[in-house]
Amino acid sequence: MIKKLCLLFLALATPNLSQAFCGFYVAKADASLYNQASQVAMVRKDGKTVLSLMNDYQGELKDFALVIPVPQILQKKQIHIGDAAIFKHLDDFSAPRLVEYHDDNPCQMAEMAAAPAADAAAPLMMRAGMMKSEAKKLGVKVEAEYTIGEYDIVILSAKESNGLEKWLHLSGYKIPKGAHKALKPYIKQGLKFFVAKVNLKEQIKTGSKMLRPLQFAFESPKFMLPIRLGMINAKGAQDLMLYVLTEKGRVESNNYQTLKLPSNIDIPVYIKDEFPAFYKAMFDKQVKEQNMHAVFTEYFWNMGWCDPCAAEPLNPDELKQLGVFWLDENSYAASRRGGGGVPVQITRLHVRYDNQSFPEDLVFQETGDTENFQGRYVLHHAWDGNPEMCPAAKEYFKQLAVRHEQEAKNLAELTGWNEDDIAQKMNPEKAQYIESGGKKPAKNQWWRGIWK
Amino acid sequence: MQNVKSFEKIKNTDSRLWQLLVMTSLLMIGVWLRDFSLKPEQIALTFSAGLLTQAVFLHYFQLQQRGFLSSFITCFGLCLLLRCSNLWVHPCVAILAISSKFLIRFQHSHLFNPANLGVILGLTLFPQTWVTSGQWGADLSTALWFIAAGFFVANNARRIDISAYFLCCYAALFLSIRVFWYGYSLDVFLHQFENGALLLFTFFMITDPLTIPRHRTGRAIHAALVAIFAYLWQYVFYGNQGIIWGLFFASFFVPLWNYLFPAPLYQWRTLSVGALND
Repeated sequence: MIKKLCLLFLALATPNLSQAFCGFYVAKADASLYNQASQVAMVRKDGKTVLSLMNDYQGELKDFALVIPVPQILQKKQIHIGDAAIFKHLDDFSAPRLVEYHDDNPCQMAEMAAAPAADAAAPLMMRAGMMKSEAKKLGVKVEAEYTIGEYDIVILSAKESNGLEKWLHLSGYKIPKGAHKALKPYIKQGLKFFVAKVNLKEQIKTGSKMLRPLQFAFESPKFMLPIRLGMINAKGAQDLMLYVLTEKGRVESNNYQTLKLPSNIDIPVYIKDEFPAFYKAMFDKQVKEQNMHAVFTEYFWNMGWCDPCAAEPLNPDELKQLGVFWLDENSYAASRRGGGGVPVQITRLHVRYDNQSFPEDLVFQETGDTENFQGRYVLHHAWDGNPEMCPAAKEYFKQLAVRHEQEAKNLAELTGWNEDDIAQKMNPEKAQYIESGGKKPAKNQWWRGIWK
Repeated sequence: MQNVKSFEKIKNTDSRLWQLLVMTSLLMIGVWLRDFSLKPEQIALTFSAGLLTQAVFLHYFQLQQRGFLSSFITCFGLCLLLRCSNLWVHPCVAILAISSKFLIRFQHSHLFNPANLGVILGLTLFPQTWVTSGQWGADLSTALWFIAAGFFVANNARRIDISAYFLCCYAALFLSIRVFWYGYSLDVFLHQFENGALLLFTFFMITDPLTIPRHRTGRAIHAALVAIFAYLWQYVFYGNQGIIWGLFFASFFVPLWNYLFPAPLYQWRTLSVGALND
């Protein structure tokens, strides 16, 4: 039947998933630490990288610490405190989206109206940390120390992993068992360690309990994200949302399979109220089908436009804040005026991983692919008319039943949800009617649903 | 008796036919089940351009008896490996790859593996091209299928030795440097060596009998060189597609190994061999 796009309806930003981080937390004493919602923005061109790290650390701020391998000793000017609002904007812009259509009156082919837009995103936080030196004999050297924003930062180099682990212990941090094994490959390859913790005095000055994103800029031929350290103290699988901003093309993993999530699929209208649950179930199923071995592309688009827009594209100032160093405002404005794209592409990757399924760090490549992709799920509202109005209306309702069946099937296939439950939710009365062979269903059927 | 005859028949079939069978299945699986970003038009254009180029050169050199089997394999190889945002790169690369067989020749044989050269030319000369090394994933069941099919085809072509040499050399490099020296876990090694792209390369690309040394010793040296170049490209210079580049660089030395370790030119089982071997 003829359908017309009435209005875009965005229902989901970052789903409420447990998420991970590329560094690992080290904690003093028995503080409980959580690796929940972490997001990473990676800006890269010609070996120059700006990394922004953000997560929702939920423990005591004094216990917060972050260790992440970096390719060189970072100068103070290479480190920066970012703005959490930009992460929210990135998330909103690239989030999987629901699109809503209303069927036309089949008799008149008249257009119908629309529904208002809304959006939601999990507010996110971050954390970092640092520590003092004392042990030359352990082969650990404090290369630099800075206080930036609410963070005390130390850049360490180490000669051997046991020494670094011991040093972290001696400095009062509870290191997860086996940390030295994970640290060793980085040390052997000459990487330094960026260690950050919260400076409580500075933190109070910010007037917020949330930690702001940590950003750092560096140069390295390796296009990778260290995720292995984050697995040491993580329980179970973790999620990571990665936004990669490049100049030319889509980014994919080189050492893991990168798959696009199923998209542009018609699903029942009732999902409008359950989109986060739907998306979470769909993602869980995809991960399971791939035995948790794949990286998923949720979005790839030029940063200059969107269709439909879940949120406005990031403005040049926000992009600069994220570290898009090649963007010059004049050329940005010129390309926007011309109606074309800007020289910034965003790839949103979603990874769920655990210690076994992702045995090595994520390595990436920028491909030449410029074909847009978005996670887009479509709702079709049926025409609310009378089947007796005209012959076309009769035909419309016939097709509508087939379409509803297909939507239910799609949903069951995507999420693994039970088809009867879906039918029930799509049209509770009809589902029972059909099941009971056209008779009015009896009440108090408590046994329904036991042996589904 | 009947079984023995059938076995002999299989053994004596041109191994390129088996390779074509495997590659056709891989392409179908890839396009339908593995999310290959490859358009049907790109496949059609690759084959049209590749086969036409082959026909033109066969006609020009009066070699009509040579046939099209190898060019089919080259086109399949290009479709399986090369990805591009536009439609015109695949046919251009197919023309260049097939032409190289007739134009860049040493010691009565072409120098470069045509699909390998095609991918290298695609990556270096044309914008918006790439190779997805993770497209087959890295799981044990896929890996075992690839090994089984690859073993059958390469063994049939009597060139399974180079697969073994290459895997051993690459594994030895990886284990000694990354596992024993850097301290990566064995899981990292397994993950790397279960990668479908690496296994397909090992059994279907490096085994091309006409572009590898004719003598067993030469093949062992060649395989080691491919492994070393691949490792350097991937892990020292942090480039992408180390194995593809490794084979390309090592190809330049093949005439030297053929000169130092002479052996007769490889002959496909069902085709006669002329001065210009296909």
